[in-house]
Amino acid sequence: MSSPEFSAGEAPAEKVTEVSGTGIPVRGNDIDTDQIIPARFMKVVTFDGLGQFSFFDQRFDDDDNEKDHPFNEEKYRGANVLVVNANFGCGSSREHAPQALMRWGIDAVVGESFAEIFAGNCLALGVPTVTADQDDIEALQDYVEANPDAEVDIDVAAETITYGDTVIDAEVHDAQRKALVEGVWDTTALMGANEGAVRETARSLPYVPAEHVAEDEA
Amino acid sequence: MSEGTLYDKVWDRHKVTRLPTGQDQLFVGLHLVHEVTSPQAFGMLQERGQEVAFPERTHATVDHIVPTGNRDRPYRDDAAESMMAELEENVRGSGIDFSDPDSGDQGIVHVIGPEQGLTQPGMTIVCGDSHTSTHGAFGALAFGIGTSQIRDVLATGCVAMEKQKVRKIEVTGELGEGVTAKDIILTIIGKLGTDGGVGYVYEYAGEAIEDLGMEGRMSICNMSIEGGARAGYVNPDETTYEWLKETDAFENDPEEFERLKPYWESIRTDDDAEYDDVVTIDGSAIEPTVTWGTTPGQTAGITEPIPDPDDLPEEDRDTARRAQKHMRVEPGDTMEGYDIDVAFLGSCTNARLKDLREAAAFVEGREVDDDVRAMVVPGSQRVRDAAEVEGLDEVFKQAGFDWREPGCSMCLGMNDDQLEGDEASASSSNRNFVGRQGSKDGRTVLMSPIMVAAAAVTGEVTDVREMEEVATV
Repeated sequence: MSSPEFSAGEAPAEKVTEVSGTGIPVRGNDIDTDQIIPARFMKVVTFDGLGQFSFFDQRFDDDDNEKDHPFNEEKYRGANVLVVNANFGCGSSREHAPQALMRWGIDAVVGESFAEIFAGNCLALGVPTVTADQDDIEALQDYVEANPDAEVDIDVAAETITYGDTVIDAEVHDAQRKALVEGVWDTTALMGANEGAVRETARSLPYVPAEHVAEDEA
Repeated sequence: MSEGTLYDKVWDRHKVTRLPTGQDQLFVGLHLVHEVTSPQAFGMLQERGQEVAFPERTHATVDHIVPTGNRDRPYRDDAAESMMAELEENVRGSGIDFSDPDSGDQGIVHVIGPEQGLTQPGMTIVCGDSHTSTHGAFGALAFGIGTSQIRDVLATGCVAMEKQKVRKIEVTGELGEGVTAKDIILTIIGKLGTDGGVGYVYEYAGEAIEDLGMEGRMSICNMSIEGGARAGYVNPDETTYEWLKETDAFENDPEEFERLKPYWESIRTDDDAEYDDVVTIDGSAIEPTVTWGTTPGQTAGITEPIPDPDDLPEEDRDTARRAQKHMRVEPGDTMEGYDIDVAFLGSCTNARLKDLREAAAFVEGREVDDDVRAMVVPGSQRVRDAAEVEGLDEVFKQAGFDWREPGCSMCLGMNDDQLEGDEASASSSNRNFVGRQGSKDGRTVLMSPIMVAAAAVTGEVTDVREMEEVATV
C-alpha cells in the first residue's frame, strides 16, 4: 500500500474492495493487544520494523527458542489473511498491534468478533476486519491449516469469504465497508475539508475560549 | 436508540457533520498526549506538512516509559530517553502545554487531567490510551484512540466515530465494609464479560455510584474498556462540582465556574431518558473481589470458589483452562491464601490520594511480609507531594514499601518496574493479561488498594475484612 498524497478536500486513500491470498489461523478467544505486541517493543518512535515482533512472547521462549505458533511455521510464510476467534484485539489501544501485523504481511483479519478500538485502528490502515459465525470461522481455520497454499478470497463489498468450493456469509461493519470500498478511510483528509464547520462547532461550546479557535480566513 | 442521555447530548453538541462513511465528525474538546502513542502521529503530521490545529486544547505529559527511580537526564534506558526527547520536541514545537517532570505536575495522564481541572463535564476527551474512559467520571465523553486517530485530532481537532448504544448500569444499595469502587467494577466485568460492552457506552448510576467520591468513580470508568466498552460515564453532581472547585481551572475563578455550571447541568441525563439496555447490580452483595485468571473478566469474590471451566459458557472454557494453568489455580478453591511475591500499589486505576490514604491507614503499624517486594507508585507528582505532606510516604516506608516517583510503572512494565520470572503480584492496576507486568510467566491478581495492602502484609491474597477485625481485637 503506498502512502497517499494529501491535499485538503480530497480523500485520496486507496479503495480496498477485496483481499486475496493464503490464510494463517491464530486460535483462541480474547487475544489481547499485549499478546499481539508486548509493551517492551513499543519503545520506538516509528512503526518500522514492528512486524518481526508480532506475537513475540507466544513465539519464543526465554532463550529465544521458537515455540509452536502459526507465525513461526514455514507453511504460513507469505500468508496475508489472518483468521482468529472472538474478541480479538481487546485491551490496550496500541495501534502498534495492527501495525505489527500489517508489517508482518497481514492485509485482512477474519474472525468471530473484534474489540472496537482494534477494529478502528485496522480501518485507519486500510486493513478490513471481517466477521463471520463461529462455525464458519472454525471451518475456515481447519481448512487453512490443511491447505496453507490455498487461496482465500475476501470480497469486502459483497461481504463474502470464498475458499475451495465454499462461500461463507461474512459481515463488514457498514461504515468500515463504505470507507474501504469507496476509498474514504483517510479520515484526516475527509475531516480536514470541514475546517469552517469545525470552528463553528468549537465556538458554540461554552467551555472553549474564543482565543483557542483560529480566525476564519477572509 | 438511546435518547436524552448525557451521551446523546454531548455527542450532539460536538457533532460537526456526518461524513461520507456514515461516521460522525466530532469536535474534540481536550486531547491528552503521552510519549508512547504520539510520536508516529506527529511524524505523519509533519510528512503531510500540517500543523496542530488546536494546540490550546491539547495537553501532554510523560508516564509510560518514565523511570520511577533515578530520573536524571539522560535516562539510563536509551529507548526511554529517545521517546522523552521526541515528545519534548513535538510538543514544544507545536505550542502544546507539557506537564513534564520539572513542572511538578507530571503524572499518569488520567490522573493529571482531572487534578488540574483540564477534565470537565460535557467535554469530549480523547487520548491514545484505552484508559481515557477514566475521564467519564466527570460526565465527559472520553475514549481511547489509535495513533492514526491521534493524527486526525492533531490535524483537524476532530475524530470520526460512529454513535454507540448506551447501557445503564445501576448499582443499588450500600457497599459493605472493606468493599470499594474497584470491587464494583471487577464485579461488573465479571458479570458482563470482557466483550459484553462492545458497541456500548456505559452509564454508571445508582446509589452505590452516587455515594462514591470522584476517585472511586474514576476507578470504575477507567476499567470500562476492560469490559469492552470504549467509554463509561457518571452524570455530574455536587460531588463532581466540589472536586472541580478545587482545581487549577476554577479555584481562583468562581465566576467561570458559575458560568459553566448551567452547561454541565444541561448535559445530565434526563429523568425520562431512554437506554438501549439497563443492567442492575446489587451493590450490597459485592465482596472484596479479585481476579483468578488472565483477563479482567475472570473474577471472583474473595470467598467465592474459582469456577470449573466445564461449568462456564462454551466460548469461555478454553480461555479459562489456559488461564488456570498459567495462574496455577484449581477450580473450587478460593483465591484467599494465594501466595504473592510482589505488591504493586499504583496505576491510572488506583494511585490517587484517596487510594494511598486508605492503603496507608491499613498499613500503619503493620509490616510487609519478608518474602514480598512492595511498592507504591503515586499517580502524579501532586499526589506524591500531597501524600508526603500528610506523612503517608513515611507510613509506607516504615512498613517496608518502596516509595517511588510517579508513572505507569509496573502496570505495563515499560520501565524497570517489572515482574521477574513467575512472580505473582497483588496489583491495584487494571490488566492481568499474560506478560502485562513485564514477565511472560508473571502472574497478576487484580484487586483494590486496601486488598493490595493486606496482601503485602500477609504475603498472600487476603480478605481485608478479616484483617480489620484482627486489628481491632
